[in-house]
Amino acid sequence: MLRPFTLHRPETAEEACALLAGLGEDAAAYAGGTELLLLMKLGLLRPRHLVDVKRIPGFNEIDARPHGPNGARLTTSARLTIGAAVTHRAVERSPLVGARCPLVASVARHVANVRVRNVGTVGGNLAFADPHSDLATLFLTLDASVELVSPRGRRELPLGDFVRGPWETARAADELLASVTLTPWGGDTAAAYVKFGVHERPTLAVAAALRLDGTAGARRGGDRIVNARLAIGCVGPTPVRVADAEASLRGASLADLEDAARAAAEVAAAGADAADDLHGSADYKRAMVAVFVRRALGIAAARARGAEPAARFPHAVVA
Amino acid sequence: MTIHVTVNGRPRELDVAPHALLLDVIRDALELKGAKRSCDAQVCGACTVLVDGLAVSACTYLAVEADGHSVLTVEGLAEGESLDPLQRAFVDAGAVQCGFCTSGMLMTAKAMLAEQARPSRDDVLHYLRGSLCRCTGYRKIVEAILTAAEAAR
Repeated sequence: MLRPFTLHRPETAEEACALLAGLGEDAAAYAGGTELLLLMKLGLLRPRHLVDVKRIPGFNEIDARPHGPNGARLTTSARLTIGAAVTHRAVERSPLVGARCPLVASVARHVANVRVRNVGTVGGNLAFADPHSDLATLFLTLDASVELVSPRGRRELPLGDFVRGPWETARAADELLASVTLTPWGGDTAAAYVKFGVHERPTLAVAAALRLDGTAGARRGGDRIVNARLAIGCVGPTPVRVADAEASLRGASLADLEDAARAAAEVAAAGADAADDLHGSADYKRAMVAVFVRRALGIAAARARGAEPAARFPHAVVA
Repeated sequence: MTIHVTVNGRPRELDVAPHALLLDVIRDALELKGAKRSCDAQVCGACTVLVDGLAVSACTYLAVEADGHSVLTVEGLAEGESLDPLQRAFVDAGAVQCGFCTSGMLMTAKAMLAEQARPSRDDVLHYLRGSLCRCTGYRKIVEAILTAAEAAR
């Protein structure tokens, strides 16, 4: 059962922000409700007003933008902007996402279950800042930034700055999360996302992307890692990029990746800010981070060679 | 708020509160008891209904969101005495133990077959993630869905 509330359905972002500003703590932005309504049923949140953002123009759109944040024209790949009210299912099925960021479409296909994907939104997922968010972990490796709108104007924040802690973001009370913008990788990059856990919210997640030398990566003979991106989710208070582990992979060749992957996995595990909880002890999580970083890197390396490993790990999903 | 919803093919005008959940409206106002409240948290699938063909958890879905849309519940699958091919396949395969999850399984499968006419076993397993049978009778449910898909060709 839900406690009674007033439902507002603004037609513009300005109207929505004015409502949020005027109602303050009494209001909550509402899109799919897959997180919000749950917490309201439990009585953990008790907003007396819901501000439905689904009718705001642009909030339901997926859009390729040819310009970078500073207005410079990007030559290799357009950025991809996903409106806050776009559902996981729409991301999964979007030809644009499939073409520009295939791994994002693949990860979207594995968020929660089909009912949640049909209703839950990208914006809601990021704004809730659940440490177990698949999208936040993956998006960190795509240099994501979020766009916030308020009566004071618009601002763009790197996703890593937006997510401040578990269930905590940099969003002010009168601000709305309008969209998230990703910077797709080029054809010289191979990637993998692996999550592990027996519950719907994973115990840990690893996103790995390897950029290889040569214009089209390993399939054209590129063998050396010129840049690695590695993000770890679920085990700590927020998903994080692990710069030290990324650095340890730089310059390694695919042929002897095993040693470099082992080193990167140890670095990532040692740096994980893991806590004991229902998903396991901190020690257990660190050990599993090492295991799954190695596996994710192995899958990304296989994909760089044009192979799709048939690897299946118990209680793990490979995207 | 007044909403206009087509439920199992029949247009309805309903007066619902903004905080009314679709599951309560279906079960209490419309007295359609097929969709069940079980986990109440979108993880089990027992309350699955289709809104414009998409599976949703009616337990965590505001009734006002269905305004202007079509809702299909398990009661809308059969035409009179004539079972939907999925229901027929469930009966033939014995894909029912206690029956509590059955309506959700049927509706989830209904949505899947509308999207994919030729699902593989893996497709079915993927689509059924988050549809729980606590009798653990999954094998026959999956068989029944594959049989229904085969029969529809």
